[in-house]
Amino acid sequence: MAEPRAQDLPIAPAAGGASLSNGTGTGPSQSANGKASAMAAEAAPVLEVRDLKKHFPVKKGLLRKTVGHVYAVDGVSFTIGRGETVGLVGESGCGKTTVGRTLLRLVEPTSGQILLDGKDVTNLSKNEFRPYRREMQIIFQDPFSSLDPRMTAGQIVSEPLEVHGEGDRSQRRERVAELFRRVGLRPQQMDNFPHQFSGGQRQRIGIARALALNPKLIIGDEPVSALDVSIQAQVINILMDLQKELGLSYLFISHNLAVVEHISHRIAVMYLGRIVEYADKKTIFTAPRHPYTEALLSAVPVPDPRVKRKKIVLDGDVPSPVKPPSGCHFHTRCPIAVARCKEESPALVEKAPGQFAACHLR
Amino acid sequence: MATADHQAELTRAGANINSSWSRFTYYVRRYPLGAAGALIVIAFVVIAIFAPFFATLDPTTTNARTSLAPPGGQHFLGADFMGRDMWSRIVYGARISLMVGIGSTVLGCFFGVIIGLLSGYYGGWLDLITQRFIDIMQALPLLVMALLMAASLGPSLENTIIAISIPIIPHVARVIRSNTLALREMPYVEAAKAVGMSETKIAFRHVLPNTIAPLIVLGTAQLGSAILTEASLSFLGLGVPEPHPSWGRMLSESAAEYVRTAPWLVIFPGIAISLAVFGTNLLGDAVRDILDPRQRS
Repeated sequence: MAEPRAQDLPIAPAAGGASLSNGTGTGPSQSANGKASAMAAEAAPVLEVRDLKKHFPVKKGLLRKTVGHVYAVDGVSFTIGRGETVGLVGESGCGKTTVGRTLLRLVEPTSGQILLDGKDVTNLSKNEFRPYRREMQIIFQDPFSSLDPRMTAGQIVSEPLEVHGEGDRSQRRERVAELFRRVGLRPQQMDNFPHQFSGGQRQRIGIARALALNPKLIIGDEPVSALDVSIQAQVINILMDLQKELGLSYLFISHNLAVVEHISHRIAVMYLGRIVEYADKKTIFTAPRHPYTEALLSAVPVPDPRVKRKKIVLDGDVPSPVKPPSGCHFHTRCPIAVARCKEESPALVEKAPGQFAACHLR
Repeated sequence: MATADHQAELTRAGANINSSWSRFTYYVRRYPLGAAGALIVIAFVVIAIFAPFFATLDPTTTNARTSLAPPGGQHFLGADFMGRDMWSRIVYGARISLMVGIGSTVLGCFFGVIIGLLSGYYGGWLDLITQRFIDIMQALPLLVMALLMAASLGPSLENTIIAISIPIIPHVARVIRSNTLALREMPYVEAAKAVGMSETKIAFRHVLPNTIAPLIVLGTAQLGSAILTEASLSFLGLGVPEPHPSWGRMLSESAAEYVRTAPWLVIFPGIAISLAVFGTNLLGDAVRDILDPRQRS
């Protein structure tokens, strides 16, 4: 576990160097990182997403006629700066996972733009997009089904290297050993199969695989939700250490607000395919603007039983993304909704410096 | 940790994974039934290959005086109504039965896997069309289908193999396709897509190896039924032609007439067929377990 990590740094000469010169590679300290990363984001966003939409057609009948769409992602925009972690939160079915998958072109976006390092990669063909996959990788939620049970841990981690034709067999093996050490696995475990590892170790294998190509951005699709609480902390610490060492950026998708609060610099709150509020962590947790963010935060359990807090309980269920409500998607459950909310969809605008919210009233 | 445990477990089980002989004895201890199956299959294969050494007499020489001779003496498994030695015919019959059984199963599985994999993985129109073809093929029973093929191809060993392999294709394709449908949604397939691996490579590298377990079970079951189908075809005069000895024909041509008067004509080929099918099934079960890394530790 406690392998020396600082020594084996030459893992990412290019990416590491770039981020160091940016001043964020050494790791923004937790207190100052809101501002630092916001500035870094303005300087050179690793990822910029503009009005991303993904509508899944609903097909019925013998001729598979399209009878409607699931508006899974319905106009999402955000940026992620170098060395920054953006948390993407929302309840199940709000489209947060689809955002992550769309970015990696695991599903094709319906419309919108994805800019990687300022370059529009949205309309590239599969082959043209392949080199950009080096920049962006994903860690999956389920550490069991995300590793091929018939491959050894070493084969799994070296697969991205093979696909991108990096090095020969022995160089790849060396690199895999290095990646194993980096995520806290012993290189001797390379020849073991996934089922011989625990859940936390498997997730480390997943992280090592995501790191193999020296990406700038890692999308974590609920990467700790399937783990025990004690293991969650370990994995999150690994992710944060890696960020400090390599200047990685994360899009951290989760429904667990406590985890998101710990790891993120900025947080985007999603509701029914749209971002309703987007601000740095501190603002979101202390001065949320959107009524949905407020309700979401009030649902976070407080460890101290003596603390009495006003709980905002929303009525009803999340409406179907096949027929989202008119105007503001949230108006059917919003405690402060007015007539205007039904007709007019609020834009995500900057309400205070660095705080974006999509609400007519606040 | 996992490495240590794995090693420790193997050592406890009396295995030293560093030498292949120890590994072999480990597997034998761990899968005694599979070892028995392997022994049976190996015995049949050896007998088939070295048939001239095992046979006591020529399997095609007829002798009116020894017609329907009971077991004992020169014909220790008896002789058939044409006076041909049963033991020698069974020994040479192993060649035919194993060639037909293994040949047609391998051929059928090969095409079945390719069709099932492509159909399941790529989906769409390709899937729709191949599945309808498979529906048509499956509407006919295995034997009828093989009959049809054998009748149109004419009786010979190669044609028998082809005729029996064709009805196996849809069975295999169905199983592989349904497995593929489930496997292509697995996150590890998505992970491979996320790094930019080509679809064909994903299909062969991540999907195919994970369909091996059901394929082996299916293959060994089909091996048995292929031997039986060959028997039926031979009985109807569409299988391997005379005078080549075939277990199926030996069994079927004597079953009706001599089962009461000369039961050895039915019992011994029957035992040979049962043993071969039994052996392949036992071996198949064990091989499936051994090939699955999850069962290994």
